[in-house]
Amino acid sequence: MAARLIPRVFSAGLAPRASFQFAHATARSQFLSMRAIATKKYTPEHEWVLYDDATKIGTISITDYAQKALGDVVFVELPAIGTELAQGDNIGAVESVKAASDIYAPISGKIIEVNKGLDDKPGLLNADPEGEGWLCKIEASKPEEIDSLLDEAAYKQLCEEGHQE
Amino acid sequence: MLARRIPRALAAARTSSVAPRLSQIRWASTDSAKPLRRTGLYNFHVENGAKMVPFAGYEMPLTYSGVGQVDSHKHVRSSVGLFDVGHMVQHYFRGAGATRFLEWLTPSDLNSLPNHSSTLSVLLLPSGGILDDTVVTKHTPDLYYVVTNAGRREEDLTWFASKLKEWNEKHGDKVEHQILEDWGLVALQGPKSADYLQGFVDTYDGKQYDLKQLTFGKSAWLSIGGVKVHVARGGYTGEDGFEISLPPSETVAWTRKLYKFPVQLAGLAARDSLRLEAGLCLYGNDLDESTSPVEAGLTWVIGKNRRTPGDDKASFIGADAVISQIEKGVSRKRVGFLVEGPPAREHAPLFAPSSSEQIGEVTSGIPSPSTGKNIAMGYIATKYSKRDTEVEVEVRGKRRKAKVTKMPFVPTNYWRGEGVLKQ
Repeated sequence: MAARLIPRVFSAGLAPRASFQFAHATARSQFLSMRAIATKKYTPEHEWVLYDDATKIGTISITDYAQKALGDVVFVELPAIGTELAQGDNIGAVESVKAASDIYAPISGKIIEVNKGLDDKPGLLNADPEGEGWLCKIEASKPEEIDSLLDEAAYKQLCEEGHQE
Repeated sequence: MLARRIPRALAAARTSSVAPRLSQIRWASTDSAKPLRRTGLYNFHVENGAKMVPFAGYEMPLTYSGVGQVDSHKHVRSSVGLFDVGHMVQHYFRGAGATRFLEWLTPSDLNSLPNHSSTLSVLLLPSGGILDDTVVTKHTPDLYYVVTNAGRREEDLTWFASKLKEWNEKHGDKVEHQILEDWGLVALQGPKSADYLQGFVDTYDGKQYDLKQLTFGKSAWLSIGGVKVHVARGGYTGEDGFEISLPPSETVAWTRKLYKFPVQLAGLAARDSLRLEAGLCLYGNDLDESTSPVEAGLTWVIGKNRRTPGDDKASFIGADAVISQIEKGVSRKRVGFLVEGPPAREHAPLFAPSSSEQIGEVTSGIPSPSTGKNIAMGYIATKYSKRDTEVEVEVRGKRRKAKVTKMPFVPTNYWRGEGVLKQ
């Protein structure tokens, strides 16, 4: 069963900073967020996506498990707004002193917003990877792909198995 | 000293400049097939919350719980950190022929090296390529203490055995080789390490050895913490510090005794970023069998009196190749880079500006915790190797600006004696 979460990221993240083109979608999402529920799913690659059925917009970042594995994040490379991606395409990278890691699109779609705050404060990814440290927002072109991702329980199990390796 | 580490998330990324997936973040450098060795301090690390990872055939601490790589790095730069480097291979070479034997295997001028002094050196192949880098300590002309890389253990031991046999068959001045199996080796590194360690130096007849006498590159047997230990002043961080060799039976208790405020335990992660800021090479990344000391910027390890072709002093293994390189020059050189945008990691290709001509490759690169800049070292075509030359480096398919820069990236802080200005 997928974890159903109140979309707290959306209410903060989709402020009308977005271009005029998305103003309508933004307003709608804010309105709908009063009662819409979003689905949080995970990839085996330790990305998460918080998907809103009503707006078809997914917010993407890396999990707490991933940020711990990486250590202090010092640089984040984000996709250009408007980039069209297929599920599994590279959308950017997260770098710590120790390693660079590619980030892949959990679902297909178009990038509509990136978290500019990470340019100055890449450490947000360590401090709040599943909140303020969001990477980007994608407008899903194949919403059904959400169903193929891991729910919270399945993802947790995957992490635990990874620990035992 | 020099540890072989591949500071990479994933071995597969070796062949491309594409970063690994998050699920593949690993700290790997070893064939996973072989069982991993443990140093005497394994349990000590685990008790102290170490994240143990495979490295050079050993399970070694990467980081310790609650302290990130950046904080650990900065602690060593500002205070004192303790590293277990007991995975490295410690050797003694003894006998009347010890100096001549080691002058055959290395290009160093060991004859002129004062007693109780160390030098960085290289074991050379006949091709002039580097079999390993090593620190050679001369105690007397017939007694040398040598430390080599854990990741080159098999190659080095095979090489020493065959060369020793050859030597002892041909020469009257015999040499014996002893491997200090399971001995401890602990590095205390950082600007506060001397003051801290001084507090543990034992007092006899009201006298206490003053560590100020032990300048960078010097070694001594001292009684510290109730144990007679071998102390070498130096390390692999660019900071003042000591590498302390401990008998197997004393290693754990002695290390526990020394692990007190303000000492922080530091792992492989901090060790890598510290050595790279100091411009020091990592065998396997920055040096390998296809690299010569001349290309690597290590010509200084080749004794000045050992460079005359045909001269008896120039009869070390690999002499023909490296002397010819010194005379004729080399086509590529190891240099430092500052990189704009994302850090360039090992294997990132280097290009001439706005050109498809590849002119080199990065061999180590990180975002530097001390400077906040992306630092890297690598090999580049000689004509681009001058300081401040602007080049490009490819990271994730995109060209980024890079500039050839002097190393070290952070000034070294070695103890060269009272009244001697720091570098």
